[in-house]
Amino acid sequence: MNLSIRWLQDYVDIGHVSPRAFAEKMTMSGSKVEGYEIEGSEIRNVVVGKLLSVDPHPNAEKLVICKVDVGSGEPIQICTGAHNVKAGDIVPVALDNSDLPGGKHIRKGKLRGEESNGMLCSLGELGLTQHDFPYADEDGIFLLEEPDVQLGQDIQSALGLNDTCVEFEITSNRPDCLSVTGLAREAALTFDVPLNLPKPVVKNTVDDIHNYLSVEVTAPDLCPRYVARMVKNIKIEPSPRWMRERLRASGVRPINNIVDITNYVMLEYGQPMHAFDHKFVEGGKIVVRRANEGETIVTLDGVERTLSPEMLTIADAKKPSAVAGVMGGEYSGIVDDTNMIVFESACFNGPSVRTTAKKLGMRTEASGRFEKQLDPATCIPAVERACELVELLGAGEVIGGMIDVDNADRTERRIPLDPAWINRFIGIEVPVEKMQEILTRLECRIDGGDVIPPSFRLDLEHKADISEEIARFYGYDKIPSTAIRGVANGSYTDKQKFDRSIHAILRAQGLSEISTYSFISPKYYDKIGLPADSSYRNCVVISNPLGEDTSVMRTTTVPSMLEVLSRNYNNRNKAASLYEIGTVYLPREDQELPEETPFITLGAYGNDLDFFSLKGIVETLLNGLGIEGYEFTACSTHPTYHPGRCAVISIGDATLGMIGEVHPAVCENYEIGTRVYLASLSEAVMFAHVAPEKGYTPLPRFPASTRDLALLCEDALPVAELEKAIRGAVGTILEHVSLFDVYRGSQVAEGKKSVAYSLTLRADDRTLTDEEADAAVKRVLKALKTMGVEIRS
Amino acid sequence: MLNALQTIKEQAAQALAQAGDPKLLDELRVKYLGKKGELTAILKQMGKLSAEERPKVGAFANEVRASIEALIDEKAASIKAEMQSKKLEAEKIDVTMPGKAAPIGKPHPLTKVLDEVKEIFLGMGFSIAEGPEVELDYYNFEALNIPKNHPARDTQDTFYISDNVLLRTQTSPVQIRTMEKQKPPIHVIAPGRVYRSDAVDATHSPLFHQIEGLVVDKGVTMADLKGTLELFVKRLYGEESVVRFRPHHFPFTEPSAELDVQCFACKGEGCRLCKGEGWIEILGCGMVHPKVLSICGIDPEEYSGFAFGMGLERIVMRRYNISDMRLFYENDVRFLNQF
Repeated sequence: MNLSIRWLQDYVDIGHVSPRAFAEKMTMSGSKVEGYEIEGSEIRNVVVGKLLSVDPHPNAEKLVICKVDVGSGEPIQICTGAHNVKAGDIVPVALDNSDLPGGKHIRKGKLRGEESNGMLCSLGELGLTQHDFPYADEDGIFLLEEPDVQLGQDIQSALGLNDTCVEFEITSNRPDCLSVTGLAREAALTFDVPLNLPKPVVKNTVDDIHNYLSVEVTAPDLCPRYVARMVKNIKIEPSPRWMRERLRASGVRPINNIVDITNYVMLEYGQPMHAFDHKFVEGGKIVVRRANEGETIVTLDGVERTLSPEMLTIADAKKPSAVAGVMGGEYSGIVDDTNMIVFESACFNGPSVRTTAKKLGMRTEASGRFEKQLDPATCIPAVERACELVELLGAGEVIGGMIDVDNADRTERRIPLDPAWINRFIGIEVPVEKMQEILTRLECRIDGGDVIPPSFRLDLEHKADISEEIARFYGYDKIPSTAIRGVANGSYTDKQKFDRSIHAILRAQGLSEISTYSFISPKYYDKIGLPADSSYRNCVVISNPLGEDTSVMRTTTVPSMLEVLSRNYNNRNKAASLYEIGTVYLPREDQELPEETPFITLGAYGNDLDFFSLKGIVETLLNGLGIEGYEFTACSTHPTYHPGRCAVISIGDATLGMIGEVHPAVCENYEIGTRVYLASLSEAVMFAHVAPEKGYTPLPRFPASTRDLALLCEDALPVAELEKAIRGAVGTILEHVSLFDVYRGSQVAEGKKSVAYSLTLRADDRTLTDEEADAAVKRVLKALKTMGVEIRS
Repeated sequence: MLNALQTIKEQAAQALAQAGDPKLLDELRVKYLGKKGELTAILKQMGKLSAEERPKVGAFANEVRASIEALIDEKAASIKAEMQSKKLEAEKIDVTMPGKAAPIGKPHPLTKVLDEVKEIFLGMGFSIAEGPEVELDYYNFEALNIPKNHPARDTQDTFYISDNVLLRTQTSPVQIRTMEKQKPPIHVIAPGRVYRSDAVDATHSPLFHQIEGLVVDKGVTMADLKGTLELFVKRLYGEESVVRFRPHHFPFTEPSAELDVQCFACKGEGCRLCKGEGWIEILGCGMVHPKVLSICGIDPEEYSGFAFGMGLERIVMRRYNISDMRLFYENDVRFLNQF
């Protein structure tokens, strides 16, 4: 909403307030000012001048030399290339050292050897268009036809460029403030000055509207009120300058007197008006009805629209002439030979207008206002104001009488005025008298203990709403600041602590965190090699996505990680070690909402990393979190991973995740030309398997025995199985077992490998004897023998 | 005999003074103090002395022994010290050579600042609540006093899954879910991802993060809202921050406000950073609408509360002078390593 301060001044005297103070105080009382612009502030040292003579330039065919009287004694000489000037013309003159809109600076100089002490200006050079001054020539110098201008007068005052335009951000609950009168009401209270809203009066009328028009409303639920007045003997012409100026300051383009009047009233009262040519109202009857299925209308913008029965139309006896509250029809608009018009001032059902506008894809100024639900009581003053302006402008003769089809609900809303509750709720102590004064000036009535809001304040329903009115005019800045009382018990949950530990452990191992979109393209499942029947492809689908790339909620975080690694690789970053704790969204058969569960994804390339570097990171993570008894089992079937370098991580019966080198075909899909390592772990499974906290184990009191074993086994035998056998065979005295060497090559037979373990044996209650330790080794060898493993001699 | 002892003492002192390595020192010890050493040799002749002379010579002999021992110890210490300092000198390194890097990962800047915000609110006694991102229309809109066809729905362009299911456009549904689950007193914040169908550019993203806050208890006032949020802003932006609350409208709070912080660059004068306004909007807030409390089964006559919500990206962008939101989701390591 753009507000002309000069217009506002008609209703409240705020002449003493600077634009900045106005903006600040209005903002603080609830009408947020986004900014303001002082018209003509970019123009400096441009005055009204009169051309005394216009002579050819001796050295340039295209230039002329003008002698200009700028009201300061000696005429000055200015050269111009324009050809629409002659002696006697009144023109804007940019003097030496002057400024024009767009940062243009004018200095005196010589043009082809002739002195030029400034510049004659066109409309465009002053930042204006023909809409502002319809009589002006757009191509040449602006020849002023304004009455009462003085030579030497600043061009701003000569052209009325001295308004201030304030831009407001009005919230959706206050459609009444999308108007000059609404903001005047707020300003009057904000600056504590009287509000003067005169009632519009039509002085003379001719004839009777009922001779020409009847109105029937067949859908009163969608049209609580429909008011019409008529004007005849219309003279279509440009509006007077004052009206054009105010429209311009409000950001509305002047068109002609009748259209301008409807816009002017809309800005002034917040009530959209529609004017249409009576000769197109077939049968002299307006029917406000629901559209028939498939009915079409060509709207003012020239587009044919197909309507449906939930949409309201303004029709004549035969066809729709407007989409109610949204846009008029093309054929019924005001044209140059329009003689008789109907002013429509109506109130429509807000949600219905909103739905219609949305369905037709045509949000208009009118629909934007109607959808916020306007006040049926404003219909009458608005249409009266339009007729008053017709009289004032001499735009036609107002026809007597008015049609008012009024089905509006007039039920009074009564809200208890509870000053004690309000003071307690806000934390202030405002006396009841002050509250009553604020509410009265907002045009609420106080009746007994109740507040009765004015009809245009549909937002006031509850005592909390009343408290806001009190608070904003008492001043939000005057409300004290206090601390919340009571016992507060703030802490992280166990799950949140677990989450923080994951972050800490992964970062400590050199992985940096990433953050990726939760939605992906369904094609990404192909990119990571998933088969067509993969269950991962069953995902939550967005019905109105921005594009395919963000159209389904991910069921795996793997594509997001690969996408990021690919971007880094292609940005020529030598290495990346990354992690994300990201949610996946898994549809559930029996529930409307999917399961949302976090996965930890690790991804890395470069830095001489290999499978075991990443495995080490995962193990450290699991150990650090207190997760015990997990296992890595080779997996050669997962399509995303290298078939020989991939493992399933499991714990008991549960699958914790996957780890592996990314399949070269997948790397190719992501345009990554190096080996990539990836792991994906379910945080929920991890959290469920955190070992319970244990009591401390006393430090050992007896010495340990160590035994090293060099074993020879099939190359294909996973060492995890060897270790498992060793653990089983030694029993409780095994404190530690570590693999310290694996050898394949000339020293061992083809297809075999040598594996060396170091065993640390210890008993809690005694020093182990050599015999006990040797016996343990024997048990190990016996157990291993059944697996075809021999001791290496 | 006394003279002989005196001579030994002097010779020993002289020899020790010149001794430079531990081996020589050992030889001297043997030479003078050993079983076959010079001092012992003299003492062996003590029997020849008269009864009067014997104690005198004995005493002097002990004195000489003690003095030689002391000299040896002293010399041993100084030789050791000298050797050590030579060794240390030889081991000198160039400490300005680069360290052996131990890798350290970085938090994502959104996480880093979010953690800070969480700490501030935990310190004020808030807990952290969570809620689903794929949400029912009821929680995202209806229960928040935003019925179907309410104009407020237009300001939040929504991704729909079905008529009834959507991607939450705000973290406010967590307010409703929290009040349904938990009876007052309630002090929670709820950070999380939210979704709006805005095309990606430098200042828009279809996915971003909000931090919601909710306090419900007996006797909670708008003054409490002001006090709590002022404290938060001062903790986040520094004690000298100047804030203002200005009236605004949200369907689920009444009265509603937006909190602005005075522009850090121009101190309220108006500059490019604050688009000439002198103030930068930080968050929206208000007293929980009594209708919303009732919907959640909390009696608005007994309890009151306040709620607030803020966008995390904007806070982080301002903090690090990041002008393009896309950097957060591109995750280039050259960006990530800076935090």
